[in-house]
Amino acid sequence: MAAPVMLGELAEPILPVTDRASARAFVDDHIVPYANAWEQAACVPEHTLELMGEAGLWAPFLPVDEGGAGMDMVTLGAVHEEVGRGCSSVRSLLTVHTMLSWTLQRWGTPEQRDRWAKDLATGRVLGAFCLTEPGAGSDAAGIATTATRTADGWVLNGVKKWITGGQRADLYLVFARVGSSIGAFLVPRESPGVHVTPITEILGTRASMLAEVRFDHVLAGPDALLGPSGFTAGMVLSGTLDLGRYSVAAGSVGIIQACLEACGAYATAREIGGTRLGGLQLIRAKLSDMVTDVRAARLLLSEAGRLKDAGDAATIMATWVAKYFASTAAARHASEAVQIHGANGFGGDYPVARLYRDAKVMEVIEGSNEIQRITIADEAFREALRQ
Amino acid sequence: MSQNVEEQVLDFVRGRFPQERFDADQDIFQLGFVNSLFALELVMFIEKTFAITIRGEELQIDNFRTATAMAALVARHQQAPAASGA
Ligand SMILES: Cc1cc2nc3c(=O)[nH]c(=O)nc-3n(C[C@H](O)[C@H](O)[C@H](O)COP(=O)(O)OP(=O)(O)OC[C@H]3O[C@@H](n4cnc5c(N)ncnc54)[C@H](O)[C@@H]3O)c2cc1C
Repeated sequence: MAAPVMLGELAEPILPVTDRASARAFVDDHIVPYANAWEQAACVPEHTLELMGEAGLWAPFLPVDEGGAGMDMVTLGAVHEEVGRGCSSVRSLLTVHTMLSWTLQRWGTPEQRDRWAKDLATGRVLGAFCLTEPGAGSDAAGIATTATRTADGWVLNGVKKWITGGQRADLYLVFARVGSSIGAFLVPRESPGVHVTPITEILGTRASMLAEVRFDHVLAGPDALLGPSGFTAGMVLSGTLDLGRYSVAAGSVGIIQACLEACGAYATAREIGGTRLGGLQLIRAKLSDMVTDVRAARLLLSEAGRLKDAGDAATIMATWVAKYFASTAAARHASEAVQIHGANGFGGDYPVARLYRDAKVMEVIEGSNEIQRITIADEAFREALRQ
Repeated sequence: MSQNVEEQVLDFVRGRFPQERFDADQDIFQLGFVNSLFALELVMFIEKTFAITIRGEELQIDNFRTATAMAALVARHQQAPAASGA
């Protein structure tokens, strides 16, 4: 008779993430229990990155023949929300990888897709997004990194800062000046002249392995350019940022949901002078606002996703609105979540201190909230004029 | 057909810049306020409205300067559907 299988010794099979429910199950098993420790360690372990690959989380929107699952954007938003509920650092790594993979799918030639898509889908190659520089963030047109055409391809020079996943990524999507325009370039991290300096002191998304990346006479082949050159090259960046904004909006919804779940559990268990915390009207008011805002933010996100799936240009404004609403609500509710937890809100035994630190990041990245408001206000005036 | 395409393109551009006046042969990029965000919206609008995919070499500014040029681009795709996505 065969020896009985010791179930406890077998690794649980990783089920593919295909929708919100399977994403939630993956995140509850493999991310939520460890997120505070990763924040402390300032890194997400390789093992987790591999598990994400096994679950098909890295680029499920790629077509099936390129290694993806052809996932629609509404579902992708729900999946990124669930990852953001568990850990914003992991979601940030997923966001920048998504930005690179989507840009490749949208603008890449068949040869470029052949070269990279499958490895991006499995996570064998991890991507990062390099736009910001020490001297230029919101003002993307002010970047100083250059790409100069040579007989054999391109030469890149410049410094990129605050690059999420920069310490770990294998492939960088680098935005650089090409004459008066901005082009997108795929640069393998192993290219001679690429120098990576970890950024260790950071307020939020501390496990997202940020780096400064310097490109010092980096030679790239002619196939490094992604998308058109010339004026229309700017479109590539606009599209990449739109996808990033969508993912950050989703992650922000996830933060509000995590605040709600943490506060619901804490307010149910905690007693103050014989009264349950959850019975106090001022505390109940905070929870009711979380419930309302998380639903509103999720609907804005899903509408932006629906418009993306329809190929409707209105998705760009819908995504700005979703990201602005969700990120400001996340920062507000994460602050209230710390408040509800009292001193426990400041320690490491609960997730809310981390949520608070991470939520602040959402108000700055992928278009700061000032930039969002400027853009949304433009739409307000357009609407007024159209009437 | 291409008259209709021109009108639809012009409607979209006017909706985006309601304070401006446009006609079919006006170079919208020369007006100075068109940015890369609008260029992306324009490409998305044309792809969705006329069910075509614009790729690679076609993404040249000359194809998008005027409503007439955009109508010609759409007509080229509709005459040779096999070329879409090239
Ligand atoms: C944790 C983290 C991760 C990041 N990851 C990446 C990454 O992976 N890749 C990458 O390329 N970048 C990344 N960034 C950089 C991020 O995108 C920039 O910080 C952001 O675009 C803002 O740019 P900046 O920091 O240069 O601020 P600035 O542009 O210098 O802005 C400073 C302040 O001025 C405000 N401001 C700017 N313009 C206006 C205006 N016209 N009117 C009113 N107010 C204005 C801004 O909103 C901001 O509050 C990351 C940043 C952080 C904090």
